[in-house]
Amino acid sequence: MNIAEKILAAASGRDQVSPGEIVEAKVDMAMVNEITGPLTIEAFHKIGVERVWDDKRIVMVLDHQVPADSVKSAELHRIMRQFAREQSIRNFYDVGLGGVCHQVMAEKGHVRPGELIVGADSHTCTYGAFGAFGTGIGSTEMAAVFGTGKIWLRVPESIRIDISGSLQRFVTPKDLILNTVGMMGADGAVYKALEFAGPTMENMSVSGRMTVCNMAVEMGAKTGIINPDETTLSYVRSLKGRPFGELKSDADADYERTLNMNVDNLEPQVACPPTVDKVKPVSDVEGVPINQAFIGSCTNGRLEDLRLAAGFLKGNKVKDGVRMLITPASQEIYLEALREGLLEVFVEARAYICNPTCGACFGGHMGLLAPGETCISSSNRNFIGRMGSHEAKIYLASPATVTVSAIMGQITDPRRLEG
Amino acid sequence: MQVYGEAVIFGDNINTDIIVPGKYLTTLNPEELAKHAMEGLDPDFAKKAQGGVIIVAGRNFGCGSSREQAPIALKYAGVRCILAESFARIFYRNAINIGLPILECASVSSKVDLGDHLSVDLAEGKVVNLTKNESFQASRLPSFILEIIEDGGLIENFKKRLKPK
Repeated sequence: MNIAEKILAAASGRDQVSPGEIVEAKVDMAMVNEITGPLTIEAFHKIGVERVWDDKRIVMVLDHQVPADSVKSAELHRIMRQFAREQSIRNFYDVGLGGVCHQVMAEKGHVRPGELIVGADSHTCTYGAFGAFGTGIGSTEMAAVFGTGKIWLRVPESIRIDISGSLQRFVTPKDLILNTVGMMGADGAVYKALEFAGPTMENMSVSGRMTVCNMAVEMGAKTGIINPDETTLSYVRSLKGRPFGELKSDADADYERTLNMNVDNLEPQVACPPTVDKVKPVSDVEGVPINQAFIGSCTNGRLEDLRLAAGFLKGNKVKDGVRMLITPASQEIYLEALREGLLEVFVEARAYICNPTCGACFGGHMGLLAPGETCISSSNRNFIGRMGSHEAKIYLASPATVTVSAIMGQITDPRRLEG
Repeated sequence: MQVYGEAVIFGDNINTDIIVPGKYLTTLNPEELAKHAMEGLDPDFAKKAQGGVIIVAGRNFGCGSSREQAPIALKYAGVRCILAESFARIFYRNAINIGLPILECASVSSKVDLGDHLSVDLAEGKVVNLTKNESFQASRLPSFILEIIEDGGLIENFKKRLKPK
């Protein structure tokens, strides 16, 4: 069996599972945020169960619209706080405690290899970076999970992507995954598990692996997953958390298909509006003028991303007429960026630092776009209306491409500023 | 269970930000969400759907976020059923869980035009295009999914299953 099948077999108490089978699986961890949580809570009350199945296995995070930008948001936050209190859910990350939910799940040790984790957020597939089966579900479904700790799942067919080669300087895991999305298409992996493997993945940092798995859902995948190795284990062991076993794909595991990719000559990639799979090499879109540049989100708001941005911004300025927003993905990242002096570099370069939140990526608050404006963003979606006006355009790129574009005032290959 | 409605047509990869953008998700009121359904593509959609419509779409309908507000907005706007060539998996489950009938139907886009009157038999997965006097087959739902839809969604289904027999 491959890793996705092994996790679902273990979670459903079976020796063996095959693609297409429907299993009833035990959930190791369940996560909601304030956009999906209040509907979950409403449904939970309607179902008529009094207590959640396990208050230690539920994580609640306020991240999409924090601090509350309106009375309505404040009300959603209040519903979340009250439920956490009533149900004694200690893993509740209020304003000031956490940040973007997927980053919080990772850095607080809530994701362990071999686990089945459901989150009421589509980017729950990020946890595959740690060898866990993470998948997004909706609010009502989550209410049933809150009540029973179980969920029905169809065992997905797996597609293995074997990646070899070394990324050039300033070409990042984001470019790798954008290229993959372009190749596969927005529905290239609907209902499937995507397993990322090969030497390039083995040499990739935890942060880069999270970026790659994060975008599996942009191809429709149920999860994106990487077999755990020393890099994974040293990260998860450094965090307090539940004991875990190790599940890995067998050498002779079955896949629906295996694709091979080599990244030696990969150029920085850009996803053009209005779909994530409209991916072009940066050379094809250079010169497009921008109004806003955004670095942040569960895709690329980590320390590694901020360091990359600071490397370019030191001694440079964001172009007049362009606004650059930098949103560390969590309080921990914010603090580390402060200690390393990155925040000072950002302010001196006229970038605007926002508090940890989904913010501009989600288009709920902080940095919305006006009609006719163009944004280049390190986030994961460029859909019509995603970041504000329906008439705004969003280009997705790596933090390196976003930063250099902010300095130049137009989409630019980051390798032009090299040296 | 039979569903009737006039067809409204959409293309491939209709995502949840189009169905209901993030900036409206601070409300839990389904009627309020419904006002903004599909406004990214058709600002008048909510008005047009009022009388009861069936969405006919291409591949990967509902891709993007896990927001259950997306199928809720469609249901309360007047969408009675969605027929698409394929669905994004979270949207698919969400629609079922709120009791919005949803069927996979190969090449449905080529079999239906805007305004055609459709009748769908959910148990059989049979679609009749009353305007064109043609019928075709959609994928049949597994019985446990059909039961959730017939119960009106997962909440009612769950309550029923919890009741002592």
